[in-house]
Amino acid sequence: MDNQQQLEILRNRFGPEIVEWKEQWGELTVVVKREAIVRICEFLRDEPGLEYNFLSSVTGVDLGVDANPRFEVVYHLYSIPQRHRIRLKVRVNEDQPVPTVTGVWKAADWYERETYDFFGVTFDGHPNLRRIMMPDEYEGHPLRKDFPLRGYRR
Amino acid sequence: MSEVLTEVKKSPLDSEIVLNMGPQHPSTHGVLRVLLKLDGERIVHAECEIGYLHTGMEKLAEYKKYNHVITITDRMDYLNSTGNNLGFVLAVEKMLQLDIPPRAQVIRVMLTELQRIASHSVWIATHGLEIGAMTLFFYGFRVREAVLQLIEAVCGGRMMPSYFRVGGLARDIPDGWTQRVRDFCDDFETQALVEFNTLLTENPIFRKRTEGIGIISAEDAIQWGMSGPCLRGSGVAHDIRRAHPYSGYETYDFDIPTRPEGDVWARYLVRVEEMRQSLRIVRQAVDKLPSGPVKADAPRVVLPDRHKMKTQMDALIYHFLIVSDGFPVPAGEVYQPIESARGELGFYIVSDGGPKPYRMHVRTPSFANLQALPKLVEGHLIADVVAIIGSIDIVLGDIDR
Repeated sequence: MDNQQQLEILRNRFGPEIVEWKEQWGELTVVVKREAIVRICEFLRDEPGLEYNFLSSVTGVDLGVDANPRFEVVYHLYSIPQRHRIRLKVRVNEDQPVPTVTGVWKAADWYERETYDFFGVTFDGHPNLRRIMMPDEYEGHPLRKDFPLRGYRR
Repeated sequence: MSEVLTEVKKSPLDSEIVLNMGPQHPSTHGVLRVLLKLDGERIVHAECEIGYLHTGMEKLAEYKKYNHVITITDRMDYLNSTGNNLGFVLAVEKMLQLDIPPRAQVIRVMLTELQRIASHSVWIATHGLEIGAMTLFFYGFRVREAVLQLIEAVCGGRMMPSYFRVGGLARDIPDGWTQRVRDFCDDFETQALVEFNTLLTENPIFRKRTEGIGIISAEDAIQWGMSGPCLRGSGVAHDIRRAHPYSGYETYDFDIPTRPEGDVWARYLVRVEEMRQSLRIVRQAVDKLPSGPVKADAPRVVLPDRHKMKTQMDALIYHFLIVSDGFPVPAGEVYQPIESARGELGFYIVSDGGPKPYRMHVRTPSFANLQALPKLVEGHLIADVVAIIGSIDIVLGDIDR
């Protein structure tokens, strides 16, 4: 299914929950509301013709210290039977937890932990939300733009 | 009083203990720590602890120009370095909308497939070693050494080639190199593959240790985000080289090996067959290697040849600009997946229009594959954990980045 058809299905089904969309270099990006992410993911996984059964990755982007909302949580989905991809995004601030998608794809577990570790974005309902790469007692979130390259302590 | 009595009655055999495997354990392929909750010798629950090799490569990439990031990608999955280079340059080339000359594409495919053979050889060597087939270690590393010498001949580096550039290759291959590749292919097919099969495939001890161990169904493997040989070992014929061809993979004739069992043995067979398929691709690439340039016609992105830089004014200016400022990449974002030796390797790059990535995330195959380890080892013996870790072929540099 091509990007326009997918977008059409999503807009018909979740009109107000879809904030914006973009197609660039053949890749479809859809920004959705934080509250709707689990419902949209479940729909994308279960709807015949879409069948996004494979979660490639979940990650974050820090849009800058002054940006509001500051973070983007980026989901890359893939459908093995249909061979198409989509990128979902949720925009949040630090104090706004994102509902977890671990219930939709188990693979989300470590990816959400990594996003939490690196950006400080929290995931609501995650079974085991703790740091994954950095030590447990580490302070700060290294991939934020205000985090110095060599860390706080020299 | 009653409490003391019940404790005395409780047999020590009923209790569960927690065993710490790693981070300094020879079978964990680096620094992976696995916590095992045991009932006797059987695993009740397992948990992985990673991050011991985290070097902040994604952060580092935000401070480097695009061509400099290539050297970082080498060091992620150090057994599949040309594959990592390829994933990164393809992502940047997608943003720049560059056309890569056919010769460069064929050489890229050749090197990536040779690297896949080398990576699988290291896997078969270490996997065998851990299960007790020690002899194989030397046979596997001999193959890898031959491939590393081929890589050294084109770029001077062995493990860290950094040979691909945005827009093509650093330089053309040396004279007589293709003949060396042909010789390697013949040796590999007539000698190494036969030895692998004799030493492991027909080895009854190895089969006993691997058959029926660490079974994962196709649905579970997909749920956990497993890709590459681990997914194909569960019977899903998914290969990005076939599903979304890049670098001209659609023009090569090769099969996607799958096995329905989903156990350690199935993953073993898939990888051995993959080496044979990679060999086929390398041979086809050598046969059809066209002549022509190895760099795209994009003076603002690709460094000019040395002699042009010394004789032509515009080439000198471009050279200066690329070296001092780098090249700007249009604002936007891409996700470029490739089939690495371990599975789906995806580069997600966000550009703000400048000469450095605003954000680079790497979806590494080992990270997702390892995530399923607790599911795979449940109910098995401690000795099986070693076999199962070996069968998912993790590289810790790939996981921790």
